[in-house]
Amino acid sequence: MITLKNINKSFGELDVLNDISIQFEAGKTNLIIGQSGSGKTVLLKSIIGLLDVDTGYIYYDDRDFTNMNFKDKKEIRKEMGMVFQGGALFDSLSVEENVKFPLDMFSAMSEDEKKERVSFCLDRVDIKKAHKLYPAEISGGMQKRVAIARAIALNPRYLFCDEPNSGLDPVTAIVIDQLIQEITKEYNMTTIINTHDMNSVMEIGEKILFINKGVKAWEGCSDEIFDTENQALNNFVFASNLFKKIKSKL
Amino acid sequence: MSFFENIGQYILFLKRVVSKPEKGRVFFAQIIKEIYKLGVNSVGIVVIISVFMGAVISLQTAYNLVNPLLPDYLVGYTTRESMILEFSSTIVGLILAGKVGSNIASEIGSMRVTEQIDALEIMGINSASYLIFPKIIAAVFINPFLYVLSVFVGITGGLMASYMAGTVSVPDFIYGVQVDLIPYYIIYSLIKTLVFAFIITSVPSFYGYYVSGGALEVGKASTKAVVNSSILILLANLILTQLLLK
Ligand SMILES: Nc1ncnc2c1ncn2[C@@H]1O[C@H](COP(=O)(O)OP(=O)(O)O)[C@@H](O)[C@H]1O
Ligand SMILES: [Mg+2]
Repeated sequence: MITLKNINKSFGELDVLNDISIQFEAGKTNLIIGQSGSGKTVLLKSIIGLLDVDTGYIYYDDRDFTNMNFKDKKEIRKEMGMVFQGGALFDSLSVEENVKFPLDMFSAMSEDEKKERVSFCLDRVDIKKAHKLYPAEISGGMQKRVAIARAIALNPRYLFCDEPNSGLDPVTAIVIDQLIQEITKEYNMTTIINTHDMNSVMEIGEKILFINKGVKAWEGCSDEIFDTENQALNNFVFASNLFKKIKSKL
Repeated sequence: MSFFENIGQYILFLKRVVSKPEKGRVFFAQIIKEIYKLGVNSVGIVVIISVFMGAVISLQTAYNLVNPLLPDYLVGYTTRESMILEFSSTIVGLILAGKVGSNIASEIGSMRVTEQIDALEIMGINSASYLIFPKIIAAVFINPFLYVLSVFVGITGGLMASYMAGTVSVPDFIYGVQVDLIPYYIIYSLIKTLVFAFIITSVPSFYGYYVSGGALEVGKASTKAVVNSSILILLANLILTQLLLK
């Protein structure tokens, strides 16, 4: 469980996040949705501590992350896995070396145990034959899957994904979404996903935070999203003709 | 960003870089890899420019020695002194600032814009130290060898050119190379080489590390890195020469 209390963040004059409070639950895929530029990435990076918030609190279960010293933060970081927007695989390392990397840095495993863990994680994301290839040699969808494998290598309690299916075709995007959801359930992780993709919202939106211009504008789940009176959310959800048509047929 | 802000940020950056590595074994492996990337891969360019520069210096000296009172061995002597004092340290340093510097700035810069650096940070790794400290250590270790190689190859180039152009005899040249050698000059140049190695790796890393934006900004950072590390090398050359040869 991750709890945010009154998060504020600005860059100079620009107020990016304004008084955001919410609770993200374990074992669920929690989504942060909103238009491009609405502050999703800034919020996610603030939660994981890549950016410092101006005011407010972030709790990892009951641990106050905001006021934690560097050493304790580092310990919590070992419980986090993150899938970045572009995958962010290390391009000087092969697929299997990428997944092995966190194990090399932080585990006390023997080489054999590491090997086993790497194959397990790659199997889990359905990467079969690309172990020796480099990130530049595999497709975008495979890169995302390898990034997921790397993120779960150390069995994290918290998983973060920034637009995990941006740049993917709709079929691959849904496969990635479902994979993230399955893994979340399997390990009872607290998973937070940034997205602006309505397919993801419908597919895995167990808990949704909608931010509009840096403000929390709505909170709920995918079943409730069609019936909302919230104007900003309606504009966001029914931006495409496809969804407008679906709504008119309902 | 103003000049002084830049310097302040650079110093803070160095403080982050020079910190205890996460895992000794991984760190050591990184250093070996960087020695190969920064050192061994530069042997070719160092040999080529040194051989040509040595050759040109020997020919220029020979063709300028019109006064018959000046001994022929001065050609070998001048070639050696030029290589030892200035060429193999400063000029090689400038060339490496171009080759190694642009390489480092674009490598680190593209890791920044593709969020690979964030990926390290979220794992709880000090990315600045992990990525850059091994480069600095590797260059500081390997560049003195490049210096020695450059001196040796440059003198050989001078000898070959003299022989082929028939300017001075081989024994005269070799006598000139050996005469009046001041070992302290080699030490002076080795110290310069160490400082340049530090500049060539740390300055481009700094520019790469703080890139924001995309591929275009990485290119710009790489240009800035090369220009500024070259200027710093020239400045350091001046200061060290005044300090060490006074
Ligand atoms: N490091 C930064 N410095 C200044 N402004 C930033 C920075 N990062 C993001 N912003 C601004 O914050 C706003 C939200 O950006 P972001 O969180 O990336 O949006 P998105 O919802 O598309 O992920 C944008 O206006 C962006 O320009
Ligand atoms: Mg974003």
